[in-house]
Amino acid sequence: MTVKQTKTNPLIEKKEWIIIGVAIILPFIFNFSPYIQGLLIFVTMWVVLGTSWNLLAGYTGLVSFGHAAYFGVGAYVGGMLYFHFHISPWWGLLLGGPVAVVFGYLLGLMVFRLRGPYFALGTLATAEILRIIFGQEEWLTNGHNGILYITTWVSKYPYYFIGLAIALGSIFSIKAVMRSKSGFYFLSIREDEDAAEALGIDTKHYKNIATVISTFWAGTAGAFYMIYMGFIDPEVVFSLHNISIVTILVGIIGGVGTIWGPAVGAVIMVFVQEIFRSSFFSLAPSWVSGMHELAFGLLVILVILYMAGGVVGDWDLIKKVLRFKRAEIQE
Amino acid sequence: MSIMKLEKVTKNFGGLTAVDHISFEVQEGEIFGLIGPNGSGKTTTFNLINHYYTVSSGHIIFKGQEITHNKTFEIARMGIGRTFQVVKPLKRLTVEDNIVAAAFAREASFAGARQVANEMIDFCNLEEVRQKKAGGLPIAGRKRLEIARALATRPTLLLLDETAAGLNPSELDEAIDIIKNIRNKLGITIIIVEHIMKVIMNISDRIHAIAHGATIAEGSPAEVAKNPTVIEAYLGSDYNVESFLNAKD
Repeated sequence: MTVKQTKTNPLIEKKEWIIIGVAIILPFIFNFSPYIQGLLIFVTMWVVLGTSWNLLAGYTGLVSFGHAAYFGVGAYVGGMLYFHFHISPWWGLLLGGPVAVVFGYLLGLMVFRLRGPYFALGTLATAEILRIIFGQEEWLTNGHNGILYITTWVSKYPYYFIGLAIALGSIFSIKAVMRSKSGFYFLSIREDEDAAEALGIDTKHYKNIATVISTFWAGTAGAFYMIYMGFIDPEVVFSLHNISIVTILVGIIGGVGTIWGPAVGAVIMVFVQEIFRSSFFSLAPSWVSGMHELAFGLLVILVILYMAGGVVGDWDLIKKVLRFKRAEIQE
Repeated sequence: MSIMKLEKVTKNFGGLTAVDHISFEVQEGEIFGLIGPNGSGKTTTFNLINHYYTVSSGHIIFKGQEITHNKTFEIARMGIGRTFQVVKPLKRLTVEDNIVAAAFAREASFAGARQVANEMIDFCNLEEVRQKKAGGLPIAGRKRLEIARALATRPTLLLLDETAAGLNPSELDEAIDIIKNIRNKLGITIIIVEHIMKVIMNISDRIHAIAHGATIAEGSPAEVAKNPTVIEAYLGSDYNVESFLNAKD
């Protein structure tokens, strides 16, 4: 991210137009399989969550272990509108983000006093507290029975394109921010909070800005999940291991602190998860389906050991290794 | 005109008084040296001016305005830049981006911030390492980066905390030149903490000496160097004063 590039390059570069083009064509290629289309929809959702997490953790240095909090709140906004007032949960798609921002801000008042691992634990705890509250307060949330809503369309196409729009919105909004003064300030805070203060940076203010953007997209992802799945319960949307941790894995595997890292991570995670969940598409014995978490664990260990920058961050390294191997074979 | 004034500034850490009723006044355009043995409270004084630590009692006045209770980033924005004794580069950013981030303190636009960064890269001889990651710089480069970054915030007063420590003789001469130019060419007032006599004796207009957090002397470099209390507290009782003064060349 050098300054020279920032000035000459447009917000959406040529390569990125190609990616967008491919993403638009993709569901039509898989027209024969609503199953694969469904997976693609999940990819878009994870892109949003991963990108949102990446702004906080990757760029601003605030490693959140509780992104499920904002995701869940976003999901429940639409859900509760429907449950209490029979208002279409589609309104949640508009309101989920803003409500998550308010929640994020209030939680931020508490957890921003913490630094490093304590911040991570603080965010983890807030998500867990919300999970328990939303499970217990049945009058408000219907508790563990969850909220059911008959989805609007059977076809996957509208969901995919809505998901894609949100995903691209999150990616390019954050790319735009990272090219601005705020972006430089986020990076400064990540690198050294004390030095940042000495440079005249109001670190508290800029952490809040990062949180607002991040929680907005996380909440919107949650609201999207609600309208696509048609069912939410606290154990799912506030889940530590299914949401918070997977969000982090998406970021780490794709590349922390890179614009496209979480998108790549989302593709990898969704397909690895699905390959294991379906026991290698029923080719392997059924006990394999229980192993996907083990696979995640191994994947993370490998990434951290051999390419700490993730797939995107260490892309040059990966290319070099591949080229080296090819050269060896040719010899 | 007085640009920075400390009035009986005191800092207690529990039972320890790190800075004890220190008062001094720095005139605009001056290079003001702050000396004292290890642990005498020099860096703590800087941290009080920047409000990394909160003053226990006393007042800090910058350009006639009390800043004792302003926040760190506000003080930086008012025009007090500083470097850190233990350098704090933004490691995973390039040298250029480090300075651009600092320049945003006064510049709203990218073009403006980059312009300032370019000037400071020139000023501190960082052209060769412009695109390098700050974390990969050797110590001399890091020290210069600290200065360039502080200057990019466009301060009127600069606090330099041991910017010459750990440099070899030729790097030292370069550092002295840069520091002199900051005052002579950019017109920025400097308060400098330094252990290396060659530097402090050479460039300071006035020197304030402290020991155990309290003032022991103030005056021109020659006066302070001859002061018996300073010699005893700072240099040891058997130090040869003549060789100390000769360090000027």
